Amino acid sequence: MDYLTAFLAGGAICALAQIIYDNTKLTPAHILVSFTVAGAVLGGFGVYQRFAEFAGAGAIIPVSGFGNSIVMGMLSELERLGWEGLFTGAFEITGLGVTTAIVFGGLMAVLFQPKD
Amino acid sequence: MDKAQKDLHARYQQMVKEATPQPNRWKNLVMAFITGGVICTIGQLFYNLFEVIEPSRLETTAVTQAAMIALGAIATGLGLYDWLAERGGMGAAIPVTGFSNTVTAAAMEFKREGYILGMGTKMFVIAGPVLVYGILSGFVVSLLRAVLTGSLF
Repeated sequence: MDYLTAFLAGGAICALAQIIYDNTKLTPAHILVSFTVAGAVLGGFGVYQRFAEFAGAGAIIPVSGFGNSIVMGMLSELERLGWEGLFTGAFEITGLGVTTAIVFGGLMAVLFQPKD
Repeated sequence: MDKAQKDLHARYQQMVKEATPQPNRWKNLVMAFITGGVICTIGQLFYNLFEVIEPSRLETTAVTQAAMIALGAIATGLGLYDWLAERGGMGAAIPVTGFSNTVTAAAMEFKREGYILGMGTKMFVIAGPVLVYGILSGFVVSLLRAVLTGSLF
């Protein structure tokens, strides 16, 4: 059942992005940034977590979930440290993913040549 | 512009319009939905696995996102992600695997300009703005929430 909700929720977010992409002049970079910001803002108001409770990976895996993770890190560090948490929290959860992207991205660049 | 010229111009515009390939919006939409859905279903598989070993939901989320990012990087290195992105459109771009794809693809592409000034500077050419604006907007809403709940100090 959680696989079905993940499929439907994740698919719906991507379909929404596709509608925006096909009907505006925005580039994929603009859309990625917009969805990340939307996830962060909705996360700050507690809306995204409620969505994630039922959508599972369908909410976590799109970049909006990544934006939400930035805010979740800040809020959990805020609780632990006070104001310093606003500055340390951004990579509390996402740091794992960002470092993975750098390590694996660098590794792939060393191992493989781009196809033309 | 006299009338004959105007007619010619209008006909030319008409020809351009007919020759320009129209994006098949319905097909794009369905493909994006399916591609994004399948990627998130794989993510759910990872989530359910990590949920057993990780102590909290935040950590399960972190490890699941990182696992998908690793998967996206590997698929990009092997040249599989290009194939997926061509068909899935935003369905391949919006998941964190797409974020990872932009990092790996830029690293592979700009490696030829050198490891420091090529790969090093341009690896985050698309992922950089995602981090910058994600953190900026996250900071603002978190600060707002901290002020409203009085949890700054």
